[in-house]
Amino acid sequence: MSGFRRHRRSGASLATFTAFEADLLRSLAGQLIELLRNESATAGHENDSLESLLDFSGPTTEPDDPVLARLFPTAYPEDEEAAGDYRRFTESTLRDGKAGAAAAIIDALEESGLTPTPVDGTFIDVELDEGDALTWMRSFTDMRLAIATRLGVEEGDEDYWLSLPDDDPRAQVHGIYDWLGYLQETLIQSVH
Amino acid sequence: MDVHNVGVSTSPVELEDPEVDDVTELASPWVTIVWNDPVNLMSYVTFVFQKYFGYAKKKAEKLMMEVHEDGRSVVSTGTREAMERDVQAMHEYGLWATMQKADRP
Repeated sequence: MSGFRRHRRSGASLATFTAFEADLLRSLAGQLIELLRNESATAGHENDSLESLLDFSGPTTEPDDPVLARLFPTAYPEDEEAAGDYRRFTESTLRDGKAGAAAAIIDALEESGLTPTPVDGTFIDVELDEGDALTWMRSFTDMRLAIATRLGVEEGDEDYWLSLPDDDPRAQVHGIYDWLGYLQETLIQSVH
Repeated sequence: MDVHNVGVSTSPVELEDPEVDDVTELASPWVTIVWNDPVNLMSYVTFVFQKYFGYAKKKAEKLMMEVHEDGRSVVSTGTREAMERDVQAMHEYGLWATMQKADRP
């Protein structure tokens, strides 16, 4: 496992992933896109009335899914009406941005040689300019927020996760969460 | 914040009393608040404050430490429209941000 490093001359952020790691990243990015499209980002269509079908504006209430609720927090905690208006005008854009960032990771991995069925023993080299690096950072954050919300990660709970047996799926998922954190940390250092 | 992936050490920053500019206060009745969460790395939060707000590293680190230690920090002040843009940008970066009138406790 290696993280990102800075290319001295070009300033680009470089990383070499095993085919397995690249495939895992692609899978996480794909799941994030699924999730973002899963629960409708438009106002609820409770009926087939003309007004309802022609209402293309965004949602006004917090998403039911706790991961989506964390990715799209309520901007005005004590003003429901203002919060609804803010959400109507921002959530669709935010969703598109986050889905687009995840898609950019998938595209970059595949352009760097990741095949539909990854081949054992091969490596995927990625090279990111500063703009790409920012996009990856944002998406790593979204993936980590999603996993942490599903797992119930809390401040200072590392000992708990380490105490789980290796074959506990939660321990494995937490391992992926830590790996994403490591990638994030090294990516930040590589652009500084 | 997640302090365990930190490769760059952050020395504690002395917190000074915020300087209140009366004119700015009157013209800038809204604030953007970033809240602590157990996920985002300290280095990432600092990076976002530098990148988006253009804050110097020292100021970005001070705000990050406020978020980490006090649970929240006012990261920008301005008009309601400007704060909506800032909150949206923080949400793009995955930080937990809210906004409110500046005179509220």
